[in-house]
Amino acid sequence: MDRLPKWADVALVPLVSLLLAALISALVILAIGQDPMEALNVMVTGAVGSAYGWGYTLYYTTSFIFTGLAVTIAFHAGLFNIGGEGQAQLGGLGVALACLFLPWPHWSLALIGAAVAAALFGAAWAAIPAYLQAKRGSHIVITTIMFNYIAASLMVFMLVDVLRPDGQMDPATANFPEVTKLPTLHQIPGFSLIFTKDVPANVTFLIALGAAWAVWALLWRTRLGYQIRAFGKPGAAAQYAGINAFRITMIAMLMSGGLAGLMAINNVMGEAERLLQNSASGAGFIGIAVALMGRNHPVGVVLAAVLFGFLFQGGAELGLWTKIPIELRTVVQGLVILFTGALDYMVRMMLVRIFALFRSPAPAKGAA
Amino acid sequence: MDYATLLQLLDSTLRLGTPLLLACLAGLYSERAGIFDIGLEGKMLMAAMSAGAVAAMTGSVWIGLLAAIVGSLLFALLHGVASITFRGNQLISGVALNFLASGITVLTAQALFGQGGRTPPLDGAARFNPITLPFAESLQGVPILGPLYHEVISGHSILVYAALAFVPFTWWLLYRTRFGLRLRAVGENPASVDTAGVSVKGLRFAAVMITGVLCGIAGAYMATALQAGFGREMTAGRGYIALAALIFAKWRPWQALGATMLFGFFQALALRPDVVESVVGRKVPVSMLDALPYVLTVLVLAGFVGKAIPPRAGGEPYVKER
Repeated sequence: MDRLPKWADVALVPLVSLLLAALISALVILAIGQDPMEALNVMVTGAVGSAYGWGYTLYYTTSFIFTGLAVTIAFHAGLFNIGGEGQAQLGGLGVALACLFLPWPHWSLALIGAAVAAALFGAAWAAIPAYLQAKRGSHIVITTIMFNYIAASLMVFMLVDVLRPDGQMDPATANFPEVTKLPTLHQIPGFSLIFTKDVPANVTFLIALGAAWAVWALLWRTRLGYQIRAFGKPGAAAQYAGINAFRITMIAMLMSGGLAGLMAINNVMGEAERLLQNSASGAGFIGIAVALMGRNHPVGVVLAAVLFGFLFQGGAELGLWTKIPIELRTVVQGLVILFTGALDYMVRMMLVRIFALFRSPAPAKGAA
Repeated sequence: MDYATLLQLLDSTLRLGTPLLLACLAGLYSERAGIFDIGLEGKMLMAAMSAGAVAAMTGSVWIGLLAAIVGSLLFALLHGVASITFRGNQLISGVALNFLASGITVLTAQALFGQGGRTPPLDGAARFNPITLPFAESLQGVPILGPLYHEVISGHSILVYAALAFVPFTWWLLYRTRFGLRLRAVGENPASVDTAGVSVKGLRFAAVMITGVLCGIAGAYMATALQAGFGREMTAGRGYIALAALIFAKWRPWQALGATMLFGFFQALALRPDVVESVVGRKVPVSMLDALPYVLTVLVLAGFVGKAIPPRAGGEPYVKER
């Protein structure tokens, strides 16, 4: 097969995949008797048409950057971590325990403490599947799916039987103390000029961007990152180069789980300010779509996370203002994963054919 | 726990184990042919919605069943095209199709009926109703076995008995027919099948389509027998539990029956915390019972309860030598 030029590989393939997903989503909207243009209009107005809309879009973006990076780092080690959802929920548990039971003098210290707890809990939840993959050959995809369900049950148990305050009906922890409240973008000098109303997007957004930079630096600028990427390539080269499979599998999955867990400082500490059931609300799974769409590069992940943030906030607006159910988001999410992940080869082949049309057919004639 | 309670539990086990069994056998065909399918969940969901919607519109559960199979086959075909034709990542394709199903079922049900993503409640001929097996009433007086026959074995819908019949049928098809031999070979060593002049792609598509049919029946059972209509996310992870059961059963049909009924038993237990409490002697949180099948699966995967070795060529697209 002919190769695509580098720019086409990096930018055009995901764009075409996205267009295909959008096209089919439009057909779906038509099929249920609604107007796709109106839908797009509502989504754009609601999600990016105002600073207030952006405040929500960036809030979702923050979560998706973390979960997207989590999937990315595991992908580079050749591991498919579907357990981001469970790891993010455990991260939420870490945040809740840190915020509820430790006396914090200031939100900044609470943020550091909660972030460490979130990352540790998320990493711990990824550690068992990682160990089983590395030592006992259990398939990480199946074990991480199982751990999502176990996490869900564990959270029900913790919230119903352990952490629920006496006399409260709904399964949730008590509200976190006031001191652990994170500043939203509305309260941060500079950002407050743009975000004149209070928005859910908070200081965690900046941490997410920092995490994206850190993942880039780790993967492409350190020896460990090189080892992770070499280990993830097919073939036995990494093994012959003396790269320890157990060590890399563990490290990659612990970092992946830690990143997924970190998401909780955005949604649990930054927004809900208490731990609720199903706290990750699907963001762990969206990480898969974000990583695939972002071509497993931190820059791509951030861009794809903004796109999915737009989709999430826009989808919520659709549910509010039109007859299109909010589940359209899940459809688009599935389509994006399908086209960027599973039908990648089809998109590529299509583009190769199109590129071939524009090339001069001279060499073929010369050969004849 | 008295005998009557045990019978009730076993009755629920069979009722709840059936969709797991159908989905598990569905996955068995696909995975034995070398195509991983974590999209069982999505196919079941799609089938459940199709069955619920069409049965509600036509009033006939059989047309509903047909619609369920068509809906599930559509997703099976997509999975086949992505993972066989275009040699895409089978796991990613499965994940994608699960999300697609989760969204599209609610969208469709909402567009058709406008009842918040549900299909209207079904009754009469629009459902698979319990059938009483011959002599169930007259043999009821026989000690031990009579009530067992009457309470547990008799009184289920036709799909339960069909699912049970699929177990020996699958065994026969896999181990006693030429098609079965080739199907197993294509999952272990596709090159050998190719060398023998048999189409690897053809066989794998056939397997994926069988998976589609069985998931279709499983979904139809969910919406028209176990419950009376489709509700959003009604499969609630059963596709994944079936996958777990498949690994537990080490990809073999009779063991699949055992594994799915065991997981069905856990689900039945989770519905009766009072029984668990009386047996264990102290209060056990329902959430822990819910987690049991998944914990057990992890233990199996870890090789503590016998090693599970998947078909050797599973998950790898076959590229013909040039």
